Amino acid sequence: MSDSYDQISQQLKGRHRKSTRLKYISMSALALAAAFLLIFFADMLSKGLPAFQQAMINIEINYTEDASTNGRAAVDRDFSTLISRSVVRVIPLQMRNDPSLLGTTQNRWVLADGSVDQYLKGNRVRLDDEEMARIDRLVEEGKVEMQFNSGFFSRGDSKMPELAGILSAVVGTVMTMIVTLAIAFPIGVMTAVYLEEFAPDNRLTQLVEININNLAAIPSILFGLLGLAIFINFFGVPRSSPLVGGMTLALMTLPVIIISTRTALRSVPESIRHAAFGVGCSRWQVVKDHVLPLAMPGIMTGSIIGLAQAMGETAPLIIVGMVAFIPDVTASFTEAATVMPAQVFTWAGEPDRAFVEKTAGGIIVLLAVLISLNAAAVLLRKKFERRW
Amino acid sequence: MQTNQLFLIFCSVLLLLGLAAFFVGRSKATRVRASGTSMHAQPDQYAWFAVVATAGPAILVSALGAFVMLLIGSEIPTFSLLLASLAVAVVGLALGIKFIRSNFHARRAIETVILWVLAGAATISILTTLGILISIVGEALNFFQMYSFWEFITGTTWAPGNSFLMAAGRGEGASGGAEFGSVPLFAGTFMITAIAMCVAVPVGLLSAIYMAEFAPSRVRSFAKPMLEILAGIPTVVYGFFAAITVAPFIVQVTGAIGLDASFNNALAPGIVMGIMIIPFISSLSDDVINAVPDSMRQGSLALGMTKGETIRDVVVPAALPGIISASLLGMSRALGETMIVVMAAGMRPNLTINPLEEMTTVTVRIVAAMTGDLEFDSAETLSAFALGLVLFVVTLVLNLVSVIMIRRFRDKYRVNNL
Repeated sequence: MSDSYDQISQQLKGRHRKSTRLKYISMSALALAAAFLLIFFADMLSKGLPAFQQAMINIEINYTEDASTNGRAAVDRDFSTLISRSVVRVIPLQMRNDPSLLGTTQNRWVLADGSVDQYLKGNRVRLDDEEMARIDRLVEEGKVEMQFNSGFFSRGDSKMPELAGILSAVVGTVMTMIVTLAIAFPIGVMTAVYLEEFAPDNRLTQLVEININNLAAIPSILFGLLGLAIFINFFGVPRSSPLVGGMTLALMTLPVIIISTRTALRSVPESIRHAAFGVGCSRWQVVKDHVLPLAMPGIMTGSIIGLAQAMGETAPLIIVGMVAFIPDVTASFTEAATVMPAQVFTWAGEPDRAFVEKTAGGIIVLLAVLISLNAAAVLLRKKFERRW
Repeated sequence: MQTNQLFLIFCSVLLLLGLAAFFVGRSKATRVRASGTSMHAQPDQYAWFAVVATAGPAILVSALGAFVMLLIGSEIPTFSLLLASLAVAVVGLALGIKFIRSNFHARRAIETVILWVLAGAATISILTTLGILISIVGEALNFFQMYSFWEFITGTTWAPGNSFLMAAGRGEGASGGAEFGSVPLFAGTFMITAIAMCVAVPVGLLSAIYMAEFAPSRVRSFAKPMLEILAGIPTVVYGFFAAITVAPFIVQVTGAIGLDASFNNALAPGIVMGIMIIPFISSLSDDVINAVPDSMRQGSLALGMTKGETIRDVVVPAALPGIISASLLGMSRALGETMIVVMAAGMRPNLTINPLEEMTTVTVRIVAAMTGDLEFDSAETLSAFALGLVLFVVTLVLNLVSVIMIRRFRDKYRVNNL
């Protein structure tokens, strides 16, 4: 014997060591992905959470005769650089709307300028030493403090970081998603029902199937080119509107809904169909009264996941012009609008450092919405899932 | 505004006609039945038939009319078109009521209509592909009339900046005009894609191997949703992360070892894109590895192979077509990915193999051309469609090859759920 037992068992040990090594290497790959996720969320939270806080200053506003034309005259000179320009701007308007203000003096908490806000959050800003000292003094006097930034949720976009909010983007997202669902859900479900329950198994059907799978993998930006060339240039749908954005996203969501609906329909057992046919239902009655209701939870889950995907999509919307500066809430489906990811993109491009936290804040809101949507889908699946 | 009001009036009149059709139809059918004749369908089905006969042709006529109007320019006024549709509706109503007879199969008629509607819905997906193809190819052809295809494919300078001069008729030959040599763009795209694949394939494949072969079910039930979260993060968020966190980090690290990196280096978007693709590769590979028949594992173990050797020499080779298919899908996603590169990669076309330098990609240039204040028929805007065409063809080929590979795997092991 050339190999002694010792040698063989040595070899065996080596082989088992290799096997264990593979286990740990593959485990570390998964750990790497998990580590990335942790770093990512920690980074976003640390950058974005300050956006939910906003510095406010307690100042005295003198509603004098001068102030009714020039808002600057209403506040102390020392403060005028520290408060947001928007405060000064609305003072004449306030006085016009409420003449009894004239001659009174009021103490108010008003928005601080973006640079004050950033200074208090410990970021580098372009303030001179005197101003910094003044802010420190005001903080000690309790006249400057951080408050919950409710304006972030109640205002639209602005070029002033202290004023910029996410409301117009949220409204735009809701409107766009209404259009997307209104188009993609019925068409997607009908397509799936046709392919799964009615279509003959011929070349044409196979072509449709391959085509749907391919559509799911086409780069999203190409859907944007389609939206631009067909919807905007050919059909004349207004550019930047929730209508054109929703239509473009609907085409992207369609394959997701079709594929998940087909899976849901396929999971309904044949015996249900046989039973319904057995009591004399027509094909359509079988589908409408038996198969579809049973498949509904699966269809809803798939649609919610498709919706969440569409909600995070930006590239096609850039092409159809939905990345716009929208300070006011959009009121109609044909007006210019923006959506949450597009708002994030716009803010990420702002040169002002203060917009970094706005961007991350917007991302936190977006992720919160997406994660709760996905969680809802998972819960729905868990609750209504039926094993046959 | 007036069109809107007209449309509203049209819809409400149509609705009223439909309601009338329903009730008149039902009462007639009930009357016929009450007189003792046996009928082929229920009264409600006759009523629905009357509704379909009223609304269907009218909607079809108005939609067709609107489409024709768009095609040939507005020659039929909206008002007369809608009026004509309403007339069709009234005729349909009369005919629908007339058809309510005991020997008429109302249910069968409705179901035929439903079948056609469903089939119509199924064609939308084909129309979408056609729409993408037509819009891209049409505009790309316009571009290739202005600029030679050969120079587009082989040129190494991408300088669209002067295209507005060309559009204004002041471009003086090739030297003064814009240049659309796409080689640097494709080089940048493939560089970033290659970096992404270097991250995604090993991590994704190894995670899949761990989840399918080693992980206890508790870890598995926790790891799968975690990877799904990774897949659910919007690309614009990844782009922000790449630009604001990863790129400066890379600049710092490379600076520490004495290398000079641009803040728009190709490494940051590449790595982040790779992380984005991990779940695509891992979930499909996981499915494929699970689909490898257990008898193969048992055979290998029975011959005395260790678990690691079984995985390396039996399971992974068997699953290889599926793994390659997953990687190709991931690659096609990386090629078409837009937001990460728009936010983190550069704008300047640069033909280099140094990933620390700034480079740009096809999708970045498409976005740049589309967001500029250019006329739609300027050469730069049209160049976006030419780039889009190339992107479409490349991703289409990758997707098809991927489908063929997975089908081969499925046929070999007779797996049905892939």
